[in-house]
Amino acid sequence: MNIVVAIKHIPSIADDLPVKGNNVDFDSVDFVLNEFDEQSIEQAVLVKEATGGTVTVVGVDMIGELDGVLHLALAKGADKAVKITGDDPAADSHQQAKWLAEAIKGMSPNIVFAGVQASNDLDGQIGPMIAAHLDMPYIGGVSSVEVAGDTATVNKEFAGGFGAKYAVSLPMVVGVQASTKPPRYAPISKVRQVAQTATIEKVAPSGESSARLTMKKMAPPVVTGHAEMFTGSSKEVAAKIVDLLKSKGLA
Amino acid sequence: MSNDIFVITEHMDGKFSDVSFEMVGKAKELANAWGGQSVSIVVGSGISSDGFASDSTIQVDDETLNRFNPEAYGKVIEALVKEKSPRLVMFGWSATGMDLAAWLSARLGKPCVAYVKGINIEGGALIVNSQIYGGKMMADVSPEGDMAIVAVLAGSFPVEAGQGSTAATQIASPVLLDGLKIKFVEAIKPAAGDVDITAQTKLVSIGRGIGSKDNVELAEELAKKIGATVSSSRPVVDAGWLPRTRQVGKSGLKVKPKLYLMLGISGAPEHLEGMKGAELIIAINTDKKAPIFNVAHYGSTADLFEVAEAMLELL
Repeated sequence: MNIVVAIKHIPSIADDLPVKGNNVDFDSVDFVLNEFDEQSIEQAVLVKEATGGTVTVVGVDMIGELDGVLHLALAKGADKAVKITGDDPAADSHQQAKWLAEAIKGMSPNIVFAGVQASNDLDGQIGPMIAAHLDMPYIGGVSSVEVAGDTATVNKEFAGGFGAKYAVSLPMVVGVQASTKPPRYAPISKVRQVAQTATIEKVAPSGESSARLTMKKMAPPVVTGHAEMFTGSSKEVAAKIVDLLKSKGLA
Repeated sequence: MSNDIFVITEHMDGKFSDVSFEMVGKAKELANAWGGQSVSIVVGSGISSDGFASDSTIQVDDETLNRFNPEAYGKVIEALVKEKSPRLVMFGWSATGMDLAAWLSARLGKPCVAYVKGINIEGGALIVNSQIYGGKMMADVSPEGDMAIVAVLAGSFPVEAGQGSTAATQIASPVLLDGLKIKFVEAIKPAAGDVDITAQTKLVSIGRGIGSKDNVELAEELAKKIGATVSSSRPVVDAGWLPRTRQVGKSGLKVKPKLYLMLGISGAPEHLEGMKGAELIIAINTDKKAPIFNVAHYGSTADLFEVAEAMLELL
C-alpha cells in the first residue's frame, strides 16, 4: 500500500493575526500544522499498521520551516517525508493542491489522506481539489477508515451524530475529520533523533492554478456585541459568576 | 455564460436544511441585481421539492441518488453547471457541500470561496465575505473570471426569504451513474446510551483550553455542583477526552440550554453554529481576542482552572 498524506502548514490562530495590506502579515505569524492534519497523519499510520505499506507525508514548504512538522510526522510513524519548495506564504489552497497533486501523481498512491479543512481555506480545501486533479473519488468528514484489498470502507459524519458508511474502490482521497483513535504522542527525544537521521526529499513546485481570488480586504470581524467582561482575580471572577448564576436561579 | 445563480440544496430524510433556504433567498436577491434567474438544484430521489422561492427548481431524480454520494452528486452537478454555465454556484459549507464545492472548483478551473458569510455585488462584480482563521478574520475577495463557486456558512442569511412554492421540474440524471467507485453501504445513527446534551438545561462546555483528559474531571465536578452536564467543542472529542455524543457544533449537536458555561473554547464558527441560541452564555478563555467574546453575554480572561476551583468552593 502506498499511503500518502497531504498536509498544510498554516498561520497559527493561537495568537493575534496582524494584517499587512489586504492579507495576513505572514512575516509576523507562527506557522503550525493544520490541526486536522494531525488526525489525518494518525489515520494514515493506523491504516499502515493494519495493512502494511508505507506512509509518505507531503506538504508545501510555505516559509522554509516545514522540516519540524515533517520530523514530527516521521516520529509518529510516517516512513517518508517530502517537501515542495513553494516558499510562498500566500500560496492559496488551489495553488497548493495543484503542486501537491503533481507531486503525489508520481507516488502512485493507493490512498491519499488530507485534513477535512484548515482554518485558512479561504478558497476551499486541498483534499477535494487533489482528488479532482488526480481523478480519484473523494469523501470528507471521515472518522474511520478500514482497507481490505482494493476497497476502503469509510465512515462519514453528518451533523447531529448521523453518519454513513461507504465502500470505495481505491485509489481515493479521504478528508479526515477525526482518526479512528486519537493521535499518538511522539516524545521529544524521538523527534530529535528523527531530525538527526531523517532525509526529507525536496520537490520543486510544478503546475499553476488558474482559479484565483483577488484579495480586497482582511480585517478582524466588526464587533456588533461584546460580552460584559468580569475582571479581577480568579476568585473575584468566580464570585461574580456564582452570583450571576444564583440571581438567575441557575445555581 | 448566463447570469443565473445555482443553489445546490441539501436534504436528509426528505427534509431540506435551513442553509438551503438561506442560499435560495440570497440567490434571488443577487439574480435580481444581475438580471438572471435563481435556480434551486435538488439532487435525490422521490423528494418533494416544491418549497423554494427560486425562479425555478430543477430536481434531478434517480434511484442511485437516494443517498448522498459525493461522486454521483458531483457528476450530476458538474454536468448541469457545464450545460447551463451559471454565474454563481452556491453550496452549503456543510458535511455535503464541503465534499463538492472545492472539488467542482478544481474540476472546472473556476475560483471558489469557502466559509462564506456575505455576498454582495459592487459595480456588477461579486464581492464575497469569508470568515476564516477560526472566526478571527473576515476576508473580502473578488473571484476572478466568469463563474464562481461559494460555500456558505449556515446562519448567514435569513431562512424565510428562500421559502416559497415554486413547482420543481423533474429531470433524469444528465450523466450515466453506473460504474461508480463510491457505494453507499448504510446509514449510521447517533450512538445511544449516553446523556442527550440537547435535552439539558445547563451545560458546562469545555474546549481545547482544558488541556488534558485529566482536567475533564474538574469540569465534571463543577457541572455536578450546578446540576449541569459536560459538553465540549470538537477538539476535545477528537482527542478522545469525551465521547462524540457530547460534541456541540456543526459536526456535533445543536443545543439551546438556559446556561452555557464555556471553559477554554475560542468560539470558531463551527462551534457557534451549535450553541449561539443558548439563553445565557458565559465564556472563560485567556485569549482576549477569542471570537467567543463577541457572542457570549459574559466573559473573563482569567485562568479557567483557578476560576473553576474557586467556583467549587463558593457553590
